[in-house]
Parts: sequence; C-alpha cells; structure tokens
Amino acid sequence: MLEIKNLHARIAEDETEILRGIDLTVKAGEVHAIMGPNGSGKSTLSYILAGKDDYEVTEGEILFNGVNLLELEPDERAAAGMFLAFQYPIEIPGVATMEFLKTAMNAQRKARGEDTLSIPDFMKRVKDAAAHLNVSMDMLKRPLNVGFSGGEKKRAEILQMSLLEPKLCVLDETDSGLDIDALRIVSDGVNKLRSPERAMVVITHYQRLLDHIVPDVVHVLSRGRIVKTGDKSLALELEKNGYADYVDAAA
Amino acid sequence: MNASAPIKNTQAEDDLIARFDAGRDQLAGSADVSARREAAVGQIRDRGLPHRRVEEYKYSDLRAFMKSAAPLAPKADVAAARDVLQATDCFSGLDRYRIVIANGDFQPELSDVEPLAAEGVSLTDFNELLSGPDGATNLAFPKTGPQDGTVALNTAFIQGGVALSVGEGKVVTKPVEVVHVASAEGAAVTRSRIDLAKGAQLRLLETFIGDTGDGELNAVFDYQVADGATLATTRLVVGNARSARLLTSIATLGADATFKSLGFIAGTRFARNQQFVNFTGENSEAKIYGVSMAGGEDLADQTLIVDHAVPHCNSREFFKTVLDGRAKGVYQGRINVAPHAQKTDGEMMTQALLLSEEAEMANKPELEIFADDVLCAHGATSGEIDEDLLFYLRARGIPEAEARTLLVLAFLSEAIEEFGEEYVTEGLEERVRDWLASH
Ligand SMILES: Nc1ncnc2c1ncn2[C@@H]1O[C@H](COP(=O)(O)OP(=O)(O)O)[C@@H](O)[C@H]1O
Ligand SMILES: [Mg+2]
Repeated sequence: MLEIKNLHARIAEDETEILRGIDLTVKAGEVHAIMGPNGSGKSTLSYILAGKDDYEVTEGEILFNGVNLLELEPDERAAAGMFLAFQYPIEIPGVATMEFLKTAMNAQRKARGEDTLSIPDFMKRVKDAAAHLNVSMDMLKRPLNVGFSGGEKKRAEILQMSLLEPKLCVLDETDSGLDIDALRIVSDGVNKLRSPERAMVVITHYQRLLDHIVPDVVHVLSRGRIVKTGDKSLALELEKNGYADYVDAAA
Repeated sequence: MNASAPIKNTQAEDDLIARFDAGRDQLAGSADVSARREAAVGQIRDRGLPHRRVEEYKYSDLRAFMKSAAPLAPKADVAAARDVLQATDCFSGLDRYRIVIANGDFQPELSDVEPLAAEGVSLTDFNELLSGPDGATNLAFPKTGPQDGTVALNTAFIQGGVALSVGEGKVVTKPVEVVHVASAEGAAVTRSRIDLAKGAQLRLLETFIGDTGDGELNAVFDYQVADGATLATTRLVVGNARSARLLTSIATLGADATFKSLGFIAGTRFARNQQFVNFTGENSEAKIYGVSMAGGEDLADQTLIVDHAVPHCNSREFFKTVLDGRAKGVYQGRINVAPHAQKTDGEMMTQALLLSEEAEMANKPELEIFADDVLCAHGATSGEIDEDLLFYLRARGIPEAEARTLLVLAFLSEAIEEFGEEYVTEGLEERVRDWLASH
C-alpha cells in the first residue's frame, strides 16, 4: 500500500533538513505505530504524506498503491485514499461542518468517477458515524471545529475519516488531549475501520493508545530516521525506558 | 483655498455640459428644480467631477476614470425592458413585489402597482414630485453639504425614479425589488424616495440590470424612516459594466427606528456606494453592511458617514472586501457623534481579503466624537487566504479552486449572516460564486 524509500526532506523556507532517510513499507491490513521523541519529525512525515508544501523532498520516493504520491496534489491524494487525522485540527469559521463534509465526500466521489450522494443518504451516513463517535448533532451545526474542545476536535477528525473511508489512515497524535473515556471512543472508532483492505499509520508519543489500537509493527523515529523496528513489545519497552537510548543512537 | 481658479474641463465634463444644454427642456421639474439643476451642472463646470484632491474621493478619482460622458439613455421601450427583465433575475425564485425603472424612468405597467396598493404601499413617479410646487424640496442632499460631486451629477440629470410610501403601521409582507433596467445604452440617472410612515416595515431590494454602455449609472435613494419604522435594504451592484456605477443613500431616521442596509458590489469596473445616515430621533439603530468583490482593474468603493446628532442611538458598520488582480478596494467610514449625542454606541469594522499581491485596499475608518459618554470602536484588517486552512480543506479532497471559494464565502458570509435578512442569503452567495468563477 505504502512504500517510502530513502526519504529526505527539509523545510522549504529555511532548508533545515528534518527527515534524513526514511524507509517504511506498510501493507494493506497492517497497523504500524510510529513513536518517537518530540521534534523527531513525526508530524513532518505525516504532512509530507498529505502533501503540505511547507516541505521539500530532496531525495527518495513515496509510492502509494504503486503511484508516485509526491506528484499528486493534496486533494488528489485524498481522493486516492490518503487520510491524515491532524495533530492540531484547524478551526474554519464561516464553513459549516455539514456543508464541509458534504463537499469533501462529493469532491472525492467525483474525482473517482462516482455519483454524488443524495441528501438522505448523506444524512444517514453522518448520523450513523456521529452516533458511534458520540458526536452530537449540535456540534455538527457549528462551523468546522470552531469552539470544539480538544477532545471534540479529535473525535471530529475520526468522524471525517469514517465518512471518507480512506485506504490509508495516518493518525498524528490522535490520543493527545484525550481523557480515558474519549480515548476509548476514538480507539473504538478507529478499530471499526480496521480491515484487510485498509492500512493505518498511528503516530503517538505514548504507549497508552497502543493498548487500544494494537499495532502489528512499531517503529521508533529519532532525528528524522527510523532507528528501530519491532513488534508491539517495543512500545512497552519504550514506555519503561524512555527514548534516551534512541536519541543517543541516532546522534 | 477659497476662491478657486477656473479649471480646465475634461472631455467628460465638456460632454456633460453639452448633455445638459441639449436636454435642458426634457428634464422635468418646477422652476426651483431647474435652478438646482443649473447650479449642479455649474458645480461640475467650475470644480470638475470629483477627483482625488477632494478628500472624500481621494481613492476614487471619478474625474480620471470618466474619459467621456455618453448621452442620456433614450426613453425605454417597454417590450425591450421586459426582455431584459426576463433574461436577468438577481434573486430568482424569491417571492417579491417588483417596481421597474427603465432607462431612468418609472414604468408603472411593468410594476406591481395594485398588489402593492393592497399592502398599503403607494407609488408615484418621482418626476411628478419634481414638477409639483416647490419641487426642489424633494431633492434631499447629504447633511454634510450639498456639494457632493456624485449627488450634483445626479441632481443635474435626474431622468425620473419612483416615490414609494408605506402607510402608517403597514408591514409589507413580501420584499419589494426596485429594479433599474437598461434596455438601451446611455446614462441612467435617477432619484427615488422611500417613505416609511410611523411603525411601517419594509424589506427593499435594489438591483441594476442591463447594459448602459458608456453611460454612467447614477441613482440616489432618499430614505425617510419615521418613528418606530423598520427599513431593511439590500443593494446589488453586479455585472461587468464598463462605465461608472454611482449609488447614494441618504437615510433620515426618526425615533425608535431601525435601518439596516447591505451594499453588495461584485465585478464592476468603477463602483461607488456611498451612504449618509442621519439619526434625528432617540433610541434608533442603524446596521450597515458592505460586501465588495473586485478583480482585474476594478475599483469598489464603500463610503459611509453616520451622523449621531441625538443621544441613545446605536450604529454598527461591518464591511468585507475581497480583491484580486490589480483591483482596488476602498472603505471610508466615518461616525460623527455630536456633543449632546450621549450614550451613543457605535462599532465599525472593515476587513479585506487580498487574493493577489497587486491588489490594494484603502481602509479609512474614522470616529469624530464630541460627546464624552459614548461607546465607540473601530477596527481594520487586511489579510490573505490562510494557507493552513486551504491545506486542511484540500487534504480532505476538496480541489483548490473549490476550497478557495469556500474560504472566500466563509469570509464574506460573516457580514451577510450578521445582516440577517435570510431571503437574500442564497442569492448573494450565488453572486459570490459567480464572481469567483468568472472574474
Ligand atoms: N513548518 C515548519 N517550520 C519550521 N520548523 C518546522 C516546521 N515543521 C517542523 N519543524 C521543525 O522540525 C522538527 C520536527 O517537527 P515535527 O515533525 O513536528 O516533530 P514531531 O511531530 O515528531 O514532534 C522540529 O524541530 C520542528 O520545530
Ligand atoms: Mg507532532
């Protein structure tokens, strides 16, 4: 599904190198966790996958189901099945949440040559997904993410993910700012989407999320490189010993 | 500079003087009206069209813009006017009454005269007022003085217009559209008077359709809002006219009155929407909104003077401008608070969204406060589309052009929503989309 080969990337503005040779292969049906200290480049990697132009790829390539991802615009990537749940979902005043959902769903359908959703069909999908994620209709009546609490924003991201039915879900610190109950709701929402056709990359700083969303593979990212790969026991080890070993190893 | 030296007239000014001399006999009005017309054209001859050294026209140099002046449009052919009306509807699907002014003249046969009469609304040809005794008493001018160049240009050439009166306590059930139609090229110059008696309520739409060619459009609306009355008016200046669009409102508000207006400008080469609002009774409220969109070489000017001459009145001014290409946006807003106008509450905000680097916004909010117990504030911002917002929308699969449209609509809809006249929202949003798709 996703093949990242020797990816080097820098900040476009000041040319600071952030990613320094990442190799990562994720197959359909797998869940990969990426853990690592703050500032190691986790969000940068997720933004590059989604197509943010603040970053410049200087070396390497990314294949998404065989297609050169770096040649696609962000909206083309989304229509091809890429979804990023943002670490910091953005508030967009003046854009109604429902209108946004409808526009996004139909834009992707159109790009894939599918029919526009009928209003009743759309409403039903939103209501079902919202009920599972404990998202109130009142929240959906507000402008996109405006006045949502941290936890509400994260739930809204997963709601969007459920509705857009992507092939690859990249979750950037979806657990941060969630209390135990919200963490369970969000994890259940994510687990519901696990399927043999879908892959997930779960970025997190803490092991706690991985008790709920159990990964097949765990990677440690440090200073822009994957410095260790293992199974879920690696996450437990990190929880106990911290990142100190890996920070030094990468230096 | 008191005694001004004679100026050298421009081609357009020469044309206007010739236009006046040629049409003098056809222009309606009693002797005092004719004298006012003469004085007005004299002002154009002696001081010229308004230009950038006149403070109020600093950013909108009409004198430089008008290279020539076309003749007045000929009397309208009713069938031709009907065709234009059928081809263009700014608020399609909206249930409303309609009043038609074609080539500067009120057209009773195209207007909903009888249904309006049944609602307590009477219509009169403005020329009848001008031709009556003391016709000139019907020629309102801004309280700040009769010298405004746009109003002078109007006074000189008024072809006609409508006088609409809503009877005491009458609440007109449907919006009323006053539509200016050009069925032939040429200048269209109109005066209209909208009178709301005590406690009356009216929702007005002002639209301008058809092609005036090189002729300017100059319309002045005089709103008289009596005690306890409510007037909401939406003015739509859209379309790619190549000649000047000059619109003026002069509102006089009694006590406990409400006046709401939204001036919408989109895709017009040179548009000035100027509003003069005067509070003459206590406990009244004025809410003035503006939405401008300009691209290419367009100029969109929203100018506003609110005079708080009496205590305990509120005004709110909220203006939004979107600029692209090398367009220029102008917001000049002044709130005057007289010494005894205590407890005035005034809040003015102007915000611009610049879609290109060459576009330019002149924001000039001003407060002139001579009372001490007032609450007045103003603010101005200019910015670009937030790239992070754009990326978020695109990351969800929304193509760039559509994402930009959503963000521009979001920016403008703040003003449209606060204006709160829901029957116009859909029509205005459609005009925003039109502009974004076509400019
Ligand atoms: N757009 C940007 N401008 C400037 N610095 C950036 C930008 N994006 C990331 N960085 C820097 O790159 C490094 C990696 O950041 P990030 O990818 O957010 O790390 P993580 O998500 O692992 O905490 C940090 O030092 C951060 O400050
Ligand atoms: Mg991060």
